[in-house]
Amino acid sequence: MYINKMIKSLLLAAIVVLFSFQAQAGLKIQQWQTAEGSEVYFVENHDLPIMDISVNFAAGNARDEASKAGVAGVTKYMMTLGAAGLTDEDISKRMADVGAVLGGELDADRASFKLRTLSSARERDQALDVFTKILHKPDFPQAVLEREKARIIAGLREAATQPESISSKAFMKALYGTHPYSIDEEPETVVAIQQADLKKFYSTYYGAQGAVIALIGDMSRADAEQLAERISKGMPQVAAVAPLPAVTYPDQAKEERIAHPASQSHILLGYPGVKRGDADYFPLYVGNYILGGGGFVSRLTEEVREKRGLVYSVYSYFMPMAQLGPFQVGLQTKRDQADAALKLVRETLVKFISDGVTEKELQAAKMNITGGFPLRLDSNGKILDYLAVIGFYKLPLTYLDDFNNQVNKVTAAQIKDAFNRRIKTDKMVTVVVGGGN
Amino acid sequence: MMIRKALPGLLILLALNPLAAIADPDIEEFKLDNGLRIIVQEDHRSPVVVSQVWYRAGSLDEVNGKTGVAHVLEHMMFKGTKQLKAGQFSRLVAAAGGKENAFTSTDQTVYFQQLEKSQLPLSFRLEADRMANLQLTAEEFSKEIKVVMEERRWRTEDKPQSKVNEQFQSTIYKVHPYGRPVVGWMNDLENMTVDDAREWYQTWYAPNNAILVVVGDVKAKDVLKLAKQYFGPLKPHALPARKPQVEPQQIGERSLIVKAPAKLPYVLMGYHVPVLNDPEKDWEPYALEILAGVLDGNPSARLNQNLVRQSQVAVDVGAGYDMVQRGRQGLFEIEGTPSEGKTAADMQAALLQQVELIKDAGVTTEELDRVKAQVIAADVYQRDSMFYQGMQIGQLEISGFSWKILKDYPARLQAVTAEQVQAVAKKYLVKDNLTIATLEPQPIDPNAKPQGKPHVH
Repeated sequence: MYINKMIKSLLLAAIVVLFSFQAQAGLKIQQWQTAEGSEVYFVENHDLPIMDISVNFAAGNARDEASKAGVAGVTKYMMTLGAAGLTDEDISKRMADVGAVLGGELDADRASFKLRTLSSARERDQALDVFTKILHKPDFPQAVLEREKARIIAGLREAATQPESISSKAFMKALYGTHPYSIDEEPETVVAIQQADLKKFYSTYYGAQGAVIALIGDMSRADAEQLAERISKGMPQVAAVAPLPAVTYPDQAKEERIAHPASQSHILLGYPGVKRGDADYFPLYVGNYILGGGGFVSRLTEEVREKRGLVYSVYSYFMPMAQLGPFQVGLQTKRDQADAALKLVRETLVKFISDGVTEKELQAAKMNITGGFPLRLDSNGKILDYLAVIGFYKLPLTYLDDFNNQVNKVTAAQIKDAFNRRIKTDKMVTVVVGGGN
Repeated sequence: MMIRKALPGLLILLALNPLAAIADPDIEEFKLDNGLRIIVQEDHRSPVVVSQVWYRAGSLDEVNGKTGVAHVLEHMMFKGTKQLKAGQFSRLVAAAGGKENAFTSTDQTVYFQQLEKSQLPLSFRLEADRMANLQLTAEEFSKEIKVVMEERRWRTEDKPQSKVNEQFQSTIYKVHPYGRPVVGWMNDLENMTVDDAREWYQTWYAPNNAILVVVGDVKAKDVLKLAKQYFGPLKPHALPARKPQVEPQQIGERSLIVKAPAKLPYVLMGYHVPVLNDPEKDWEPYALEILAGVLDGNPSARLNQNLVRQSQVAVDVGAGYDMVQRGRQGLFEIEGTPSEGKTAADMQAALLQQVELIKDAGVTTEELDRVKAQVIAADVYQRDSMFYQGMQIGQLEISGFSWKILKDYPARLQAVTAEQVQAVAKKYLVKDNLTIATLEPQPIDPNAKPQGKPHVH
């Protein structure tokens, strides 16, 4: 189409301009180590009177023992519910009184604590005082532990009735077998968790050495150094954490069907995918944009939703982790058409892997990914998350500067090759919850 | 709020406070001859721009038998124009490195793109095109209506708490259109035709029923020039008169039960309360907002502290209030999930006891100050997101208020006294004005057929 072509050529020009701009004026990340061996990643930015901090540990739930699954999550959560003599009520009141926001995340690899506060002295000092107490002196009060265990168990029992939770839990179990990435809490494993387990987990995995401290916002380099030392200094001095074991690939296809009365079937397909820093990462990432990552313009959306109206949402993604994270395809559809939709998704995937992508698709993918690069860094919040990931996974400091270059270097042949080597469609794991009437 | 495609990040918008002020706004507004209003906020922190087109058309404007048509039309807006084939809109935005989506709520339908700043003309060209030249075909409609029905199944049919909420809304509002689900009743979706979508488009999609909000690394002058170029030639047309719709006063407690496969019960309670009407004079909405903060503004706020941490009757609690509503009807809502071993009746009694406690003894200065401190900080934090800033402006403007009232918001909240908080609780949180919905969990029967009548195709 005439208009389309014109836009694209204009666009290429714009991307070249943008790209050269970034090569010169990329995000200025400062990096150093504290005396105790924590890695610090800092971006100074005085546009807003705010500070964001993220402190990251190799303390995700892959560190759990199967019989006490949940210790990682409960440890992290309980740290915020009692520290240095402050009760859960004291902690949340002191944060709220200065408008500070305490957050954080937990996945299989990583536990993170985040703090956002105003940078004015009174607010900042009070928020940091509580934040460092949480990291340095968690109390794990017994009564709070019992209360929270009961809440978690209630939540797990509720989740066990909901098709979305049932399917993702079954999927990770089927995909990872005995690997720690399959570990997931159950009511009986949470019941077993004792205060001593939390203290032991904390003193094993929350050490200063190797912790990653990401900082962005309204502070000078000197302020940031002082702050990082303060955070690092009070944490346990323990040996660095050993890497997680490698993932083994499934040796045959598995398909699990779980009955449920829901009006839709929830379908997940997958295979072990990529690691952070994996040599195949960029070909797989760009390829997946074309397959099912690119929102409305992906092949899966086109085939399953746009052409046939079978779903509201169908997607695929690679979640790069310390070891091979999942490659996952997901959809939900009316139960009596679940088999037809699943067949179509499999055909689309097989065709994608055997035939590869067209030059036109590849160009469109690159234009979206590289052209949209500035959107990845348009807030302190987003930059903070990148700093944490770069630090935690030891990605090069130039990861963001090189990002568009890496994307632009990907060829159609590399995508086909990488998908063929990495995703075995005859050995994939499939979980279907509901349907089949 | 219905979103065309699930975007996890966007769900946070549900908690957006349209009145959390922008301390130092660099905002300009314009109006084209065809009635299109343009509001530009310059934010030069990053070389990006967000462009949002707000239509004053949501489920509020629908009629019985055609519920969900606003949202269905939103889906159809990606299905091609006289110049563009179906799906081409999204391809062009994607090729420009953009992110795009749309969402429909009770009060409005919004279309947006987030782009590197030099791509703004593309957004304007495409939005102006589909504001006037949408091509609605029976073939595309027949596929997309199935997508919307799948969306309804996913969002509502199979989510117990969503189902409770849908039934709750239709009970607490017996007359006002806020009682109808934004996604529409399944029966209405099954009987909807492309003509219904076309009628909706022809009625409401016009420059004089839209507001263009742009936030980003742009110059307001340039945005105006660009808007004139693309939107300027569009013709306005007369809009139907909007009759005021008022929910008759509730004259007695209402309650309802919803049964769904689940483990834990759930209780949702609501009271009719006023919303912002006259920004110069109203004080009750600000007092109600503070009240919501005292009950649920942080983990040590009353409901969580007393019911989850202390008495442990609940595993989860919440309270909420939105003061900005185009439909000029509002609810103060309180919800809770009881702990194992506790019943929905225990949960309900515990929540009501917290309400009575405020009516009897009021709130403390400490609680008041804490909520105010959080509001001031949240105001600064929201400036880290251009998208949120655009949402605040759009939400106010679509509801008939000026973005200029943003600047008075912190002062008005600061002015609320403990007595005023107690006064609104006493006045509105009363039994005759209360509706209570309860989820009765049903065991999972794997052999059960899906609920509801069989679909006839």
